Order: sequence, then C-alpha cells, then structure tokens
Amino acid sequence: MRYAILLLDAPYTSQAAHSALRFTRALLAKGHAVDGVFFYHDGVHNAARLAAPPQDEPHLVDAWAELGREHAVPLQVCIAAALRRGLLDEQEAARHGKQGASVEPPFELTGLGQLVDLGLRCDRLITFGP
Amino acid sequence: MQDDTRQGDLLVILRHAPHGSSWLKEGLDVALVAAAFDRRVTLLFMGEGITALLEGQQAGPLGQKGTAPTLAMLEMYDIDSLLVEARGMDALGLTGEQFMLPVEGVGDAEIAELLASHALVLNF
Repeated sequence: MRYAILLLDAPYTSQAAHSALRFTRALLAKGHAVDGVFFYHDGVHNAARLAAPPQDEPHLVDAWAELGREHAVPLQVCIAAALRRGLLDEQEAARHGKQGASVEPPFELTGLGQLVDLGLRCDRLITFGP
Repeated sequence: MQDDTRQGDLLVILRHAPHGSSWLKEGLDVALVAAAFDRRVTLLFMGEGITALLEGQQAGPLGQKGTAPTLAMLEMYDIDSLLVEARGMDALGLTGEQFMLPVEGVGDAEIAELLASHALVLNF
C-alpha cells in the first residue's frame, strides 16, 4: 500500500514523533511505499537542524533525516507553520535577513497543497499528534 | 451544492476553540489551501471547535488575528459545506442563531458516514 504520514507534534514533547518514526520504519520494513512524511503544526520542530538531545537519547531529527535519505522518502515541512516557529532553510533565512538556517535537506519547506496532494494520492494518510 | 468539476473530497474536522491554540487556525489554513487548489472541502466543527462559529469575536489582547475573518472568507473559497456536531452544540448550550454562518447540524451516525465517504480526513 502507499502511505503518507502527517506529524503534528514536536519531538521530545509527546510520544507522537517517536510513534510516527517507528511506524514509518515498520511500513518500509514490510515493503510498503511511503510517499512522504509531512510536518505541520508543532510537528515542524522535527526539522530543527540545531536539535542537540543528550547522546543517550534517540536523536529524532537525525533519525528522520536518515530515514528520508536511505529510503528516498520526501520530508516535507509546512513553510507557513515553520517560518512562524523560527524554522528557516537557507533561502528563507536570506529572504528574511536572518543569520543561519535552522532547516537543511533532506527536509524541505513546502506548501500545504502538498499535504492535500499527498493525502489524496496515497491509500492511507496516518496522522500522529498530541 | 457540490461542484462536480472539483476533485478529491477533503473533510477537515475542527475540534479546538479559537485563540487558545493554533489548531483551529492551522486546520482552517489546510481547508483554504485545498479549496484554492480546487478540491471539494467539507468542514465539520466538533466539540469546542464549535465556539469558532460564535458571532462577534474580536482579535483580543494577544494580538492574534483570530479565526472569525477566515470563516467569513469561506464562501469566497467556495467552501459551503459547513457542518456542526449536533451533540456538541447541545453540550455547550449553543443554538444556530448564535453563529456567524449558516451551518447544518449532524448527528453521530451522519458523522460516521462523513468519515467513510471522504477520500481524505484531517483532524485538528
């Protein structure tokens, strides 16, 4: 089946990000297609490049990035929700006159239209939230 | 009335009150974007989300824009399927006359049907 994941909560706040990551890994292990993971609402914090959790805790941001790269799963972050919360890629940082970017590939800032497309294109969209 | 030239049915469920969090605003944003991309959108207000419909809301001291102006724009986006959970209205002691928009009350069985009949359901 073709799946899409929607994550609505920040990492280290609730179980949602952990569950979403584990579920996505399980889908891939079972041979399902994951067309994309979309980060919206507080979920955009999962794309925070500068996250530095203690070394004996799971690094959720790195884990998403690794999953995205290894399995070619697009990691799409709602640009409007991200900019509000201080999550900017290089292009947006330059555009807003900010020093330093807080989002880097494989995460990509994109519009909400992508979420709707993703949801309608896949057999299942699974939402993880607080 | 639904326009048959539009494709892909989206049901957006709004369960949070305005102002206290960004859930309602960000849920409405998805609905507007989907409608702008020519998708058929149904909004279902449930629980505290029903309070979004109350007439006479203002921005308030926090400087938030509020969601009432967005609701007022729904018609412009051709989002005319506005449903409200009848049981939630009863629980909050609200009636349709208090709302800023004409909405249709739906019962639990109809809500179950809505969940089944829409290609995509997003819950905020």
